[in-house]
Amino acid sequence: MRRLLKDAEHLVRLAILFAAGVLAFLIVRALLVPPGFGEYGHFRTGAMADNQKRPLGYAGRAACTECHGEEAALFAKGSHARIGCESCHGALAAHVADSDKVVPAKLEVVALCSRCHAENQARPKKQPQVDIEKHSEGNACTECHDAHSPAQ
Amino acid sequence: MTLDRRQFLSATGKYLLLTGAAAQAWAYVEQGRPEEAPGYDMNRHWWAMFIDIEKCIGCGRCVDACKVENDVPPEAHFSRTWVERYYIPPPDPIDPKKELLPIVDSPDGGRYGFPEIYPPSGGGKSFFVPKMCNHCAHSPCVQVCPVGATFEGPDGVVLVDKKYCIGCRYCVQACPYGCRFIDPRTNTVDKCTLCYHRITKGLTTACCEVCPTAARQLGDLRNPDDPIHELLRTHKVQVLKPNLATGAKAYYNGLDAAVR
Amino acid sequence: MHPIPGVEGFMYPNEMELAWSILIVLYPFLTGLVAGAFILASLQRVFKVEAVKPTYRLALLTALAFLLVAPLPLQLHLGHPERSFEMFLTPHRTSAMAMFGFVYLWYLLAVLVIEIWLEFRPFIVEQACRATGALRLFYRALTLGSYNVSPRSLEIDDKVGRFITVVGIPSAFLLHGYVGFIFGSVKANPWWSTPLMPIVFLFSAIVSGIAAVLLLYLLYCLSHGIEIDMPCLDTMAKYLYYAFLVDFSLEMLDLIHRIYESDESFRSLDFMVKTRLYGSQVIVQIILGTLTPLAILGLTQLVTLSVRARKGLYTAAAMLTMVGIFAMRWNVVIGGQLFSKSFLGYTTYKMGFATREGLLPALIVMALPFVILWALVRLFPPMESAASAADRAERS
Repeated sequence: MRRLLKDAEHLVRLAILFAAGVLAFLIVRALLVPPGFGEYGHFRTGAMADNQKRPLGYAGRAACTECHGEEAALFAKGSHARIGCESCHGALAAHVADSDKVVPAKLEVVALCSRCHAENQARPKKQPQVDIEKHSEGNACTECHDAHSPAQ
Repeated sequence: MTLDRRQFLSATGKYLLLTGAAAQAWAYVEQGRPEEAPGYDMNRHWWAMFIDIEKCIGCGRCVDACKVENDVPPEAHFSRTWVERYYIPPPDPIDPKKELLPIVDSPDGGRYGFPEIYPPSGGGKSFFVPKMCNHCAHSPCVQVCPVGATFEGPDGVVLVDKKYCIGCRYCVQACPYGCRFIDPRTNTVDKCTLCYHRITKGLTTACCEVCPTAARQLGDLRNPDDPIHELLRTHKVQVLKPNLATGAKAYYNGLDAAVR
Repeated sequence: MHPIPGVEGFMYPNEMELAWSILIVLYPFLTGLVAGAFILASLQRVFKVEAVKPTYRLALLTALAFLLVAPLPLQLHLGHPERSFEMFLTPHRTSAMAMFGFVYLWYLLAVLVIEIWLEFRPFIVEQACRATGALRLFYRALTLGSYNVSPRSLEIDDKVGRFITVVGIPSAFLLHGYVGFIFGSVKANPWWSTPLMPIVFLFSAIVSGIAAVLLLYLLYCLSHGIEIDMPCLDTMAKYLYYAFLVDFSLEMLDLIHRIYESDESFRSLDFMVKTRLYGSQVIVQIILGTLTPLAILGLTQLVTLSVRARKGLYTAAAMLTMVGIFAMRWNVVIGGQLFSKSFLGYTTYKMGFATREGLLPALIVMALPFVILWALVRLFPPMESAASAADRAERS
């Protein structure tokens, strides 16, 4: 046995080196695995909270109604009733946060209305659509239609 | 557009629900700082999306809203969501065996609408298909991530851990729907998060918020009062690439066989 | 319809730019060479094909040189290479890629390094006594403090070495096979998704490894004035031929199967092969890189030729083989990203030059193993040159 060990001492040393390496790895691993990893699955729990941390761009319909009740009431009667305010007016969470400093941009009427109402073969038939140039004869859409209550 | 009583009731119901939750969430916005939503219990939700092809008018507001809300790089090849226009040519009267391939386009992901119009033709059909991450219940992208940087939380939203992602792009290859991309600014993977920062505060996703025709509707399958249950029950719905059994949770009404 | 240059038809917006570049083509090429060189070495050690013994040490060193460089293309490709150690911390058990770190380390440390160390131990001990300066320290460190090179200890070394080679064969298969599985298991991509993928990868690895060692053997002998052992060369060429026949059959099986079944993806893939992939697949991989070397090697197996003719033909065949196997990796990795998952469009691969994932780093990565091998054969001479044999005779 002693003879064997003598002849294989280099292998024994190698084995010890390996064992030390594995141990070092396990220690480093224990230190470096992020906290909260694996609680709900193979991921870092904090990642869910990270994804929640984002400033809001769009305020949502309800927020507009708080200050602009009149327009909202008129709006609810027309055919655009189910469309969110920000769909046309753009992301306005900043405006809700500070109404004086952040003012909604003036809208390019023809371009905006065309986005939904320009004639397009791919649109569902029940969508009101016209050949914008022919229909408007060069006028802006709002000269005849009230955007907040267009059917009237 | 006339509203029948059912639609009116459901619309009002939705507004009431949203107002209550939104009012609470509003406190956060007014403070001007993004915060975690302490009132949100992730075990009480299972998020899905209902997409109605028959309602989509291809206006592209959803694509634009997503880019704005989530600060997505502006180029077309970084799209968390996009809209495709399908044109399926009429059958060939001379050669009925000929394979009719659809012609599909998505200029800038559909962000600025579809200004180019096909010449009117007899017999062909065309429609719009909004696309996004399907937040698969058995997601192949989650399966292949080597480190656990993408995952499906208990509430059914597939998210990316940007602090952990190593940028190997295996998930980009594994997604059958092409909804993942590398954000060149962070060198990590990015994709639709179902506006997690909004839905956890009782708001709806940016794309649903601005959709003028309710072609996109966020749904919570764990909520028994959610309108999605009724929608799923009364419509013939499909998911994309069902043969891959991804457990996709973006349910399409009116999905044509030609759509990939 | 598409103003984006290089895109034809429709691609999902995020598919238009390729996610995996030439560096990801290089990685399976390099690990394939590692596995192939090791299999060649094991031919003698385990399967007692004594004819290839002269290449044993060279094959091991070749495997090591390529293995050391293998992680480099991956690190260059990652968005966050500084986070790559996360694969060791939290490997995701469902991801084939997650096993990379462990399989690599296992193969490097527990198989290849130990086998080389055991093989060269008498030489290391000798150099630890005879060398001077920094080299002396280097060899002394490698002895692990043990200078025992008695016949009994060498006998133990031989037994352990043989055991490690036996363990090493499946380890080599795993090292390269898992790369094949990484591609073969992606159900989203019909060009990749096939159970044959790991096997095709493995056999093409064996082919490329034998070809590489054959060329390096010729080069080493020529540059050190050693006479080339023709039975060794002939045997290597023979095994190259057989392995290539199997590899070619497997690839043809995959192709025939696709054409026959003709599922939805076939139209898209067929078009791609006939247009964007025609040059690299039909011309380079199949005609130049497979059929031509097979014909050359077949000729040498059937007809008796002179030593000079055989050397020339083997060299030509081996070089074409290397090109062909590289083209195979290219066609799998790049080809799989050229068509849309909607099966309605195609894009092009725009490879930069001096960018992080461009041609220049790829060339450097490809050249690096040869530089390392050059250093390794100086530190651990695989064969005795005529000069060193005379030197040894003089000393004793």
